[in-house]
Amino acid sequence: MTGTLEEVPAQAGPTQIDTERTVVHAPGIRSALGVRSAQDEPVTMVGALNAALADALAADPRVLVFGEDVGTLGGVFRVTDGLAARFGEDRVFDTPLAEAGIVGTAIGMAMNGLVPVVEMQFDAFAYPAFEQITSHLAKLRNRTRGQLSLPVVVRIPYGGGIGGVEHHSDASEAYYVHTPGLRVVTPGSPADAYHLLRQSIECADPVIFLEPKLRYWSKEPVPAEPGPAIDRAVIRRPGRDVTLIAYGALVGTAVAAAAAAADEGWDVEVVDLRSLSPFDDATVAGSVRRTGRALVVHEAAGFAGYGAEVAARLTEQCFHYLEAPILRVTGFDIPYPPPLLERQHLPGVDRILDAIARLQWQDLA
Amino acid sequence: MTTSPTIQDRVDAALPPSGDPLGLIGADGHQRETALLHLPPDQVLRELHRRMVIGRRLDTQATALTRQGRLAVYPSSRGQEACQVGAVLALREQDWLFPTYRDTIAVLTRAVPPAEALSLLRGEWHCGYDPHQYRVAPQCTPLATSTLHAVGLARAAQLKHTGEVALVLAGDGATSEGDMHEALNFAGVWQAPVVFLVQNNGYAISVPLAKQTAAPALAYRGVGVGVRSLLIDGNDAAAVFAAVRDAVGHAAAGRGPTLIEALTYRVEAHTNADDAARYRSDEEVRAWLARDPIRRLETYLRDRGLLDDAGLAAIGAQAEQLAAEVREAMAGPPDQDPAELFAHVYAEPTAALAAQRDFLLAEIAAEGDTP
Repeated sequence: MTGTLEEVPAQAGPTQIDTERTVVHAPGIRSALGVRSAQDEPVTMVGALNAALADALAADPRVLVFGEDVGTLGGVFRVTDGLAARFGEDRVFDTPLAEAGIVGTAIGMAMNGLVPVVEMQFDAFAYPAFEQITSHLAKLRNRTRGQLSLPVVVRIPYGGGIGGVEHHSDASEAYYVHTPGLRVVTPGSPADAYHLLRQSIECADPVIFLEPKLRYWSKEPVPAEPGPAIDRAVIRRPGRDVTLIAYGALVGTAVAAAAAAADEGWDVEVVDLRSLSPFDDATVAGSVRRTGRALVVHEAAGFAGYGAEVAARLTEQCFHYLEAPILRVTGFDIPYPPPLLERQHLPGVDRILDAIARLQWQDLA
Repeated sequence: MTTSPTIQDRVDAALPPSGDPLGLIGADGHQRETALLHLPPDQVLRELHRRMVIGRRLDTQATALTRQGRLAVYPSSRGQEACQVGAVLALREQDWLFPTYRDTIAVLTRAVPPAEALSLLRGEWHCGYDPHQYRVAPQCTPLATSTLHAVGLARAAQLKHTGEVALVLAGDGATSEGDMHEALNFAGVWQAPVVFLVQNNGYAISVPLAKQTAAPALAYRGVGVGVRSLLIDGNDAAAVFAAVRDAVGHAAAGRGPTLIEALTYRVEAHTNADDAARYRSDEEVRAWLARDPIRRLETYLRDRGLLDDAGLAAIGAQAEQLAAEVREAMAGPPDQDPAELFAHVYAEPTAALAAQRDFLLAEIAAEGDTP
């Protein structure tokens, strides 16, 4: 998998949402994933997600896809392009514009034996559904001593770097990972997007599926073999000196930073978490014990952010293996900036390299 | 610019609630005439009465158990028996009930065993019964959130052509929540087989209806989203049964949702922790006691020769026996295991949760070893 990611630095996204770029032709995607001879054809993340939804709808009649603009339009990012036409309005449909309504009714449908895959149009527009997600979707299994199972997937395009105006670029993962009962996953690449979404739809637990908008248009072939299990982290680039922990859009940035670090003489291992909750302690702690140094990167604000949990639990598990404190490279503790200033906010290759340099290498001498 | 005939057609087709609440048996126990509701058969009326007497006895028992520390809290629905019993008896076996925390009488009327129904209020577990077994969703504590679950369940029934109807209960305060509006709107757009029963008991804890809404009646919330709406006398069990039975049939026939506002009154305080004297007068309570749902049906049944002293005594004996069973169930040890705290968070406990479970069990074992 290493090296197949299209390396788009976080700052290099388009300055506006260009919907023309996101149009995906469903037949081509299906052939790319469904026909063995065409597997080497690169697919965008949007295309991979579209194919995952199509394959899940075809494989399981209980699966439904609904949300705002997901039917006729095919979603504002075209992730659901062509699905309503192929599977009909009973399986793929537009709803009233109300996010609590979308998640709340998905809960009821799951209680009645269906497998809803719903779309929140953008990260910050998912907040009206917060009570339904945290108080009900996450808790109904526990509330009923395991009698109610809610296999619901909430797809949320998240994160910045695409030139979105206010409320279109939040990295909102910390809100969800703090809620027991939810699985929270995010793919870093098209191939992982396909398999992780299929796994999420098949999962008996509710899954918050965070789609890194910045990587929607990255391309790579999607192998037919399923990837690692839904709750496993993956080493995207092996290395001996530093463990660089990333997820979502910043996996690509981390791989680019690792390549640049090699020029400076650091051999960086990149871990793609994939599953933010539950956390794959074994894989990540295993890496940190080997390298002795760790850095966690994310777009969201650092204060009480996901990186704080990563650093804390790795310190608890790896203290005697550490050569330096675990550092965080995160967005600033500010509301997401306007698009013309977002590149100053988002962690990029240079900021990651600067942090690697601060990992107390001088003590080795 | 001309008015669209389409809009006018839809206005004409809409069924706004009546100005006065519809009823079948008045507070004096005499039958009332209404064109829209049909008096249930005698056998149903007798069963409504019997179940209301039992429901009130169990409600009284539960309130008493809070005073003895056997229940953590109990939100009484005394005075609302007509709504809770009438609505539940109107359901068919395949239908689903979505109750709130104030609807314990409804849950018990749906044949959930008292020990399971009171698990939440005892503090034993959040929901003590299997929702699929009784087709009763967990009692919902956040307001109006379950209205959306009911619409979703009904929508699934519609898509699968399985025929069940969802009945969701809510209070007057819950109608101010956004989820209630979204649920009504989704139900209208989907023509989902769902019935909303709003028990308007006049207060959201302490806040009177006048501070919830300027609408002439809560039933008008349905009109704005194209949902057929009814305003009924919520202390008239016959009217509640007839209205809900009609709405269930309407929904099952594919004709869409109904919103029913039932005017009633919470005779007790919000919970045992509340002091109702701070926000309402004895005079107001007395006026509502005169409209008691059980007494009026009893009067009607006695006048018609459908109930006598012996029948009443037999019902009272049944109620006492059930109350004794509730006391017995609440006197025993709770059905609890600390390890279970970790068992249902996910379909399978994660490694981290398994470790936390083992930590807690070791801690408990160490406490046990301490002299």
